[in-house]
Amino acid sequence: MRKVVIAGVGMTPFGISEKTNIEMFSEAALTAIADSNIEPADIQALFFGNCLGGFEEGQLHMAPFAHSAIGLPISAPATRFESACATATVAIRHAALLVGAGVYDMVLAGGTERATVMSTPLATRTFAMASHALYESPTGITFPGVFAMAAYLYAANYHIHIKELKLHMAEIAVKNHYHGAKNPKAHFQKEIDTDKVLNGMMVADPLQLLDCCPFSDGAAAVVIMDALKAKELVKKPIYIAGMGQASAGPLYVQKNLTRVRAREVASQAAYSQANISPKEIDVCELHDCFTIAEILAVESLGFYEFGKGYDAATKGETRLGGKVVVNPSGGLKAKGHPIGATGAAQVTEIVEQLRGEAGDRQVKGAKIGLVDTLGGDLGTVCNLILRSES
Amino acid sequence: MKSPLTFNRYQEAMGLGRLLGLHCEDCGASTVPPQAVCRECGGWNLTIKEIDKTGILRTFTVIRVAPEGMTPPYIVALVETGSGACLMGNLNGVDPDEAGMELMGREVSISTQVVKGDVYACGDIRSPVFTLA
Repeated sequence: MRKVVIAGVGMTPFGISEKTNIEMFSEAALTAIADSNIEPADIQALFFGNCLGGFEEGQLHMAPFAHSAIGLPISAPATRFESACATATVAIRHAALLVGAGVYDMVLAGGTERATVMSTPLATRTFAMASHALYESPTGITFPGVFAMAAYLYAANYHIHIKELKLHMAEIAVKNHYHGAKNPKAHFQKEIDTDKVLNGMMVADPLQLLDCCPFSDGAAAVVIMDALKAKELVKKPIYIAGMGQASAGPLYVQKNLTRVRAREVASQAAYSQANISPKEIDVCELHDCFTIAEILAVESLGFYEFGKGYDAATKGETRLGGKVVVNPSGGLKAKGHPIGATGAAQVTEIVEQLRGEAGDRQVKGAKIGLVDTLGGDLGTVCNLILRSES
Repeated sequence: MKSPLTFNRYQEAMGLGRLLGLHCEDCGASTVPPQAVCRECGGWNLTIKEIDKTGILRTFTVIRVAPEGMTPPYIVALVETGSGACLMGNLNGVDPDEAGMELMGREVSISTQVVKGDVYACGDIRSPVFTLA
């Protein structure tokens, strides 16, 4: 495989937007194209992420419209990706595979989502469509509910009192809001404390409101390029050193919800391709859709042993200045979670970190970063390892 | 290759008070709900098997913010049947406001209820209901 880089990135602010899905995507995409010192006419394919356009705007088949809106050439095919919350990362991985294989030299990949245009009950219903429609959805399960079940199981399996676990979960929300307060594009830019988390309304026992990420609007996009081409165009290309993606079935097949097997397999593939160990990761953007989700992730990504990662935020180890900085952008929790765009925004954050351009939330000297995106009820995980040097 | 147990047949049996699954002639595992191959070994050599309608409640949650069309609060649980396969369903007969971790590990019996399909669902669906044994 040829060496592949991310040449340019772009994202809109995350939060509540007045813009349409395609307007948001256009803003992110043209920023990424300009950041790569190329023109839209140079793009050879668009890998476009969107999950719920049919419900948000009554719009399917958005990819060719987004393609036209930013002036891509007719010869560049536009294809929609949908992998629930992992959508954009999966699009980016497939773009990188085809650039690596020599099919294309320059591909635009990313995603957009306008979730807040839906009411909370409709949004909750449509998000729950990523559970098994025949064997899970009829129970009225929700995404907070899935991770709530994982939280109770975690407490039971590792003999941690649920009150103690919830305090450590609250510390994760506090840490990610602390990071989000330093990110001018985050949905929530306000610090919170554990009292506020623990006094929030109950969403799905034992998860309270601030254990959960918000529904957000936003878009993000990146330009994936052959490394040799990129050297002529940009000063700081960021290398894709390793990738992995894995799939698991519905929850009733996975059984032990505290072990995200798809993540264990995907991240191992990425570490192995990059020829590094988890210890070498300086900065990580991982899938903290709920506070408990960050605990599951730091364990299955290999930063902590199973059952030992729950107090990492409390000890300050995952905060800016800690041993492995987790979610300096604020994560899904504070930066926001426009599901079709999330993965590209995680990649954007790691690229800015590795370029040394992350401002107040810069992880000093970061050279190797990990992106972790989970889709659905633990059914899809996609991991990317990025490096500032080849 | 055709699975011997379709979704429709599984649903019809539920309506008659029977829980059907698939027995793998290769590894001996039970698969329920039905799917094309054995959930454990991927084997294709499957025969229909009656699943015992008891199990152990492994984990649960109380849904308080529900999808459109559902009325909270209600309890969703993951139950491991005696056959080893897990089912998602609703725990009835327990006040959601009283539901705590002591439920985990409790024995339950399994029946079913009809959940009215909304505009997006492919019609009404029979779904597992658990009650404490």
